[in-house]
Amino acid sequence: MVVISDIIVQGVQMLLVLLLAPLLTGYVRKIKARLVRRQGASVFQPYRDLLRLLRKEVVLADNASWLFRVTPYITFAAIWVAAALVPTFATGLVFNWTADLIAIVALLGSARFFLALAGMDVGTSFGGIGSSREVMIAALAEPAMLLIVFCLALVAGSTQLSTVSHFLASSYVGLRVSLGMALVALFMVAIAENARIPVDNPATHLELTMVHEAMILEYSGRHLAMIELGAFLKLLLYISLIACVFFPWQIALYGSGTLSYAIGAGAYIAKLALAGFLLALFETATAKMRVFRVPQFLGAALMLGLLGTLLLFVSRSF
Amino acid sequence: MSAVALQMVCVAGLLGLAALAIVLSRSKISTPVIYGATLAVSAIALIGALRFLIGGAADATTLTLPVGLPWLGAHFRLDALASFFLVVINLGGASASLYGLGYGHHDPAPHRVLPFFPAFLAGMNLVVLANDAFSYLLCWEFMSLASWALVMAHHREPGNAKAGYVYLVMASFGTLALLLAFGLLAGPAGDYGFAAIRAAQHTPYAATLVLILMLLGAGSKAGLVPLHVWLPLAHPAAPSHVSALMSGVMTKVAIYGFIRVMFDLLGQPNWPASVIVLFLGSITAVMGILYAMMEKDLKRLLAYSTIENIGIVFVSLGLAMAFQANGLKAAAALAFTAALFHALNHSFFKSLLFFGAGAVLTATGERDMDKLGGLIHRMPITSFVVLVGCVAISALPPFNGFVSEWLIFQAVLLSPELPQWALKIMVPAVGAMLALAAALAAACFVKTYGVAFLGRPRGPAAEAAHEVDRFSLAAMFILAALCLLAGILPGLAIDALAPVATQILGSRMPAQAGQAWLSIVPIAESRSSYNGLLVMVFITLAASLAVYFIHRFASHALRRGPAWGCGFSDATPAAQYSGVSFAQPIRRVFGTLVFHARDHVDMPPPGDVRPARLRIELHDLVWNGIYAPIADAVGFSSGRLNRLQFLTIRRYLSLVFATLVTLLLVLAIWS
Repeated sequence: MVVISDIIVQGVQMLLVLLLAPLLTGYVRKIKARLVRRQGASVFQPYRDLLRLLRKEVVLADNASWLFRVTPYITFAAIWVAAALVPTFATGLVFNWTADLIAIVALLGSARFFLALAGMDVGTSFGGIGSSREVMIAALAEPAMLLIVFCLALVAGSTQLSTVSHFLASSYVGLRVSLGMALVALFMVAIAENARIPVDNPATHLELTMVHEAMILEYSGRHLAMIELGAFLKLLLYISLIACVFFPWQIALYGSGTLSYAIGAGAYIAKLALAGFLLALFETATAKMRVFRVPQFLGAALMLGLLGTLLLFVSRSF
Repeated sequence: MSAVALQMVCVAGLLGLAALAIVLSRSKISTPVIYGATLAVSAIALIGALRFLIGGAADATTLTLPVGLPWLGAHFRLDALASFFLVVINLGGASASLYGLGYGHHDPAPHRVLPFFPAFLAGMNLVVLANDAFSYLLCWEFMSLASWALVMAHHREPGNAKAGYVYLVMASFGTLALLLAFGLLAGPAGDYGFAAIRAAQHTPYAATLVLILMLLGAGSKAGLVPLHVWLPLAHPAAPSHVSALMSGVMTKVAIYGFIRVMFDLLGQPNWPASVIVLFLGSITAVMGILYAMMEKDLKRLLAYSTIENIGIVFVSLGLAMAFQANGLKAAAALAFTAALFHALNHSFFKSLLFFGAGAVLTATGERDMDKLGGLIHRMPITSFVVLVGCVAISALPPFNGFVSEWLIFQAVLLSPELPQWALKIMVPAVGAMLALAAALAAACFVKTYGVAFLGRPRGPAAEAAHEVDRFSLAAMFILAALCLLAGILPGLAIDALAPVATQILGSRMPAQAGQAWLSIVPIAESRSSYNGLLVMVFITLAASLAVYFIHRFASHALRRGPAWGCGFSDATPAAQYSGVSFAQPIRRVFGTLVFHARDHVDMPPPGDVRPARLRIELHDLVWNGIYAPIADAVGFSSGRLNRLQFLTIRRYLSLVFATLVTLLLVLAIWS
């Protein structure tokens, strides 16, 4: 019975992230529109966009190879598996021991690797410019992310996300300098990884300023739908990650009753809403930076992560 | 027959094949006969070594041959450490021979390759088996010379003569350092047997000197920065299956030498040594991959990436030394096993990628990736297996490169237990360098694959490419399968490495065979675990589910059309991103510091029809800062000494007399 309920919890989380992801993006877009006094599209617009894309035909470039056609599915699968391993409203996922936080970062790396290759596949300059800038950003964001993982692992004594979340939810952690640094660094990495302002602009249509969008310029129809859904999932994943590690309040601990699962789910929705609002506020208040300022932005995240980790190497109580 | 005797018989077989190759010389059957027989002998040696290793490698077997120094004889021994490296060597040898069965037919001068190929393999096997310093050095030099002959196989191609020269100089320098190291180890008694060296007490002073000499000797062969300069010249100059052996296997023989001396012969390592190793290893990892990122020659890029991976292995060995010096047995076993596992993984994917580069070379005659492109349409099978190799080397799950790097990161996370402050400060920085190297490796292999195999062909050679022969494909397929297997079933490899860790460190990683669902658990399940098999299954399931839903509910319509060019239709293939332009963002971020990189744009004024040109200026600071001054100094002093060749007999005699008087004076003052 325990196994079955565990699998149900896992399955519910997997479906939940898939269903909530477009809503979160729609919500962020709505808030951004309202902040600049536009009416904005409905929060359900991303679902309609996905459905419309699924109904449309695929226009494939003459030169596109099989890699171009399988990449959307590989990318989506890698991100979905990664997202399914991040606790949302309950810790103690049944498959949490399959991959720890380092592996989750690497899974996102796999997704990006294939997407960058697909950008090179058609043989246009846009794909190339997008891929080359995306890998440059990733080459700086990934080490920063790993240092954040080191920092968390040293505090919690584990790289297992459920264990980390369980530990940080307990009362004897308290405020720590190193965790504060890790939070700021993780926020900066999340901005870069999700191609948000100020690193990249998800809504731009000026080719020369695009990074992520330039890379997927050749995609259309159902392929584009998979890639878009993957991008929605990735945003949700990062917000869930920040929530479950740094703000694990009311998260349902493993083995607690149905009521606490319900409370956990409610708290999770509230956290998503708050995080989405803050993200929209931040994006509205900042301007996009030049591509070659991004290394300094991510370098700061790297240094914060390194500093936090060093503090923990010096003493476990920082 | 004892296990070591079997290995020696295989070595004798390889040497016999080398002689046979000379006899057959230019005959037509020589290529299939020599590669086929080498494949058979390597396979036998591989099975023998694997049986010994998996059987627990309980009792080391020794063998003494009455050759070599008259009072010493030549000693050979097979123990767990040697058997692991024999597996690496003979697996590489077998796959290279299989590849050579097809690839060798395209060789313009097979008689320059065939005799040295089995001899090179024999040399590497002998180095690992040697059990006294004299045999070790002799075999090491034999291995170096055989590989030098292979580097010089196509000596008329531009650049190869220089590569051979630099390699010869660096190899002699490395052997000199090893000679001095063994001289110090043997001590005043001068006992060259490894057993006697192991039993002797070594002063800390001698141990430090030995460390430095081993870093110079083994490090130069492995490609540690700044001793790496010969490697990107020599490895690509050889035929591709030999490049695979040099990069994938010979560098591991150098690592074997380092482990044998630093962990086994010297006894307990001391922690300051680990600081040096960690520092050099992390610098090597980052510099190697940055060099690779700037490179546009396919094979030189792979050689630079070898340098990166050697750096990763040395970082892991440095961690093992630090833990072992402080008595943290479990952590030391973890770091040591991770180092060996990464060495094994690297031999898989680097051989695979060099075979792929060789296939591209056969099909197009090009090594410059900026003249390739679109090979995925013309060489579909090669492209698929090379993609596997690229994903594996970029340390991405579910392939093998990720597992070994994951284990190294787990070892880094154990380092707060170290008591020394220097290590406490250093290890997080080293972890950051490793993470940077891994991320840059992914960028580098997106570039390699994206430019050479994807896009549109950039030249007639790439357009006329065709799939290569079945032997080459089989060799690549086997290695690709091994990359996947080691990635999804890493527990088997870790358990097989346990006897090596037990022999060298006296401790081992916990047995992985009993873990549920074939997970790997380095320390405890609450701490960290990884299951490559389930990750693979989950990704496959999720992707299949997505494909099912899409094909069930979404539109099936598909239309081919021209790519979107912003209104400019049919742009030339030259307008695509090339390797140089792909590397531009990373060149701007890291290159200005590391290579003093500058871009010079020559933009003609309006009305001028001359094409605009971009010139990139890169400086190899290691070469300019260390090697060029040494070469200049040697040139300068030999220019000055040149005068001594044209003296009269009277002056020669007075020179001799003056030297004699000086020496006598020195002797008189000394005593």
